[in-house]
Amino acid sequence: MTALVELDDVSKYYGNIRALEGVSLEVHAGGITCVLGDNGAGKSTLIKIIAGLHTHDGGTLRIDGEETSLASPREALDRGIATVYQDLAVVPLMPVWRNFFLGSEPTKGAGPFKRLDVGLMRETTRSELLRMGIDLRDVDQPIGTLSGGERQCVAIARAVYFGAKVLVLDEPTAALGVKQSGVVLKYVAAARDAGLGVVLITHNPHHAYLVGDRFVLLKRGVMSASHTKESVTLDELTRQMAGGSELEDLRHELERAPAPTHLGGHGNRPDPAP
Amino acid sequence: MTATAPPVKDGAPADERLLRTSPLRALLGRPELGSVVGAVAVFLFFSIVADSFLRASSFGTVLYAASTIGIMAVPVALLMIGGEFDLSAGVLVTSSALISSMFSYQMTANVWVGVLVSLLATLAVGVFNGVMLTRTKLPSFIITLGTFLMLTGLNLGLTKLISGTVSTKTIADMEGFSSARALFASQFTLGGVDVKVTILWWFGLVALATWILLRTRFGNWIFAAGGGADAARAVGVPVRTTKIGLYAGVAFCAWVSGQHLLFSFDVVQSGEGVGNELIYIIAAVIGGCLITGGYGSAIGSAVGAFIFGMTSKGIVYAEWNPDWFKFFLGAMLLLATLLNAWVRKRAEATK
Repeated sequence: MTALVELDDVSKYYGNIRALEGVSLEVHAGGITCVLGDNGAGKSTLIKIIAGLHTHDGGTLRIDGEETSLASPREALDRGIATVYQDLAVVPLMPVWRNFFLGSEPTKGAGPFKRLDVGLMRETTRSELLRMGIDLRDVDQPIGTLSGGERQCVAIARAVYFGAKVLVLDEPTAALGVKQSGVVLKYVAAARDAGLGVVLITHNPHHAYLVGDRFVLLKRGVMSASHTKESVTLDELTRQMAGGSELEDLRHELERAPAPTHLGGHGNRPDPAP
Repeated sequence: MTATAPPVKDGAPADERLLRTSPLRALLGRPELGSVVGAVAVFLFFSIVADSFLRASSFGTVLYAASTIGIMAVPVALLMIGGEFDLSAGVLVTSSALISSMFSYQMTANVWVGVLVSLLATLAVGVFNGVMLTRTKLPSFIITLGTFLMLTGLNLGLTKLISGTVSTKTIADMEGFSSARALFASQFTLGGVDVKVTILWWFGLVALATWILLRTRFGNWIFAAGGGADAARAVGVPVRTTKIGLYAGVAFCAWVSGQHLLFSFDVVQSGEGVGNELIYIIAAVIGGCLITGGYGSAIGSAVGAFIFGMTSKGIVYAEWNPDWFKFFLGAMLLLATLLNAWVRKRAEATK
């Protein structure tokens, strides 16, 4: 089966900065590919390449097996790749229904009387969100009044409604509490079961392991590991994600290091007053 | 998607969490509310202090004063909802009038030729503003401040160079003047009130802008461009084109305003228009536009312009020194903005 999106040895440089180098991943229909990494690992750059905000400098990007490069987010959308960003998924002051259809508004009438099909927009927003299990109080409320999890879900529901084949999610659970994260992950799984390919960017291996099929680990702009679900355990994933041996070192350091004197410790210095 | 979705309950009953919204509450949520309250207050104030304020003829005068500002406040409000400013709007009106007048006079052409050349030139300035803004990503404050200064200089410099004085030559005796005047600067009597044609232009533009904002895709993009440009771009909204379009809209209205200026006096003073850009912005802000973008209405800008008209003429009818006008305008701006902020807070808190 051809992958919906395939990155092969992709690199991206900003001037003399190596933001990303030699990253490969595959996204299959009905599968969730998780991209894990610490801050500054290159996760954002990777998303921007898939979402069409930046073009890659090296390697190949294939969509449905066809080599390509994306020039704009519009082009990515037209090829079925929808991206949901953590903080800029929606326009807070606009009503929910206007946000839901933003950029792809249905119209009726012709010529100068061509206008938004407001009735359809409101009705569809309400019913689509209900299908995703979000029972909205009022589609006219500004979307900024919804909770973070609900906003993510609206953005995901929107992408699914507009026929996205690949859903790219940028840290959808990063700013959320445990329960809200669960709600969002449920929709991610629902989207996968509906046959979409999902790219889930996160720095939480627990969330990733719950839903993911493939795991790509990024570290300082390079790919440090790539696993399928069968080939890795949650503990191993967590260990690698947290920096593996670096974490061991940190533990030793924390165990042995005496508290600094200014924090009330006695340090290693000999007592000045014998 | 249907495969995994839970079944939709048909005919879902009204949500019990949604309290019935009273008409008053719905009214409180409108962006124009603060300005309407302000307009009523100003109206009552001048009705009491100025005897002649309530006469029908005064009403015509007030509406005319409001329309000259209102025609420009509409596109400036739209631009502000789209998240940008245009400081060159005031002098662009004068530029538009100067181009039209001088082109017709120098080429001894039908004035309609000058009017059309002026339209193209004015739109070009608007598009220049928009393209500069979207290309350089500098703040619109800087870009349009530059355009403002350049246009001010060009207005004075070119007029002196071509006409030899600071004003243009009269074009009243030229071909096409009367028909152009009919379109841009005529008046008719309606129920004993002199109605200037600019009032019709103004109402028409407000209606058009409201339609665009609330019922077209472009309107949706304006709100999005001002309320969250990155989010809008990420879902495929052409933010750049939207902003360039908004600047072109300002230019179009500056053209209408400029032609009115020309055809009501038949000569144009090249130094006019400086400072008006702020009055347009004030009208938009009084009308409930959020200065940071993403929120506001065209009708609000009309109410803001109406407050401006009532104040400027009310002071005259009250036989006060017009020097006080700016003070009143400033006080009104502060009060209206405070009221807007308070109303919005209340409206959101009760949701």
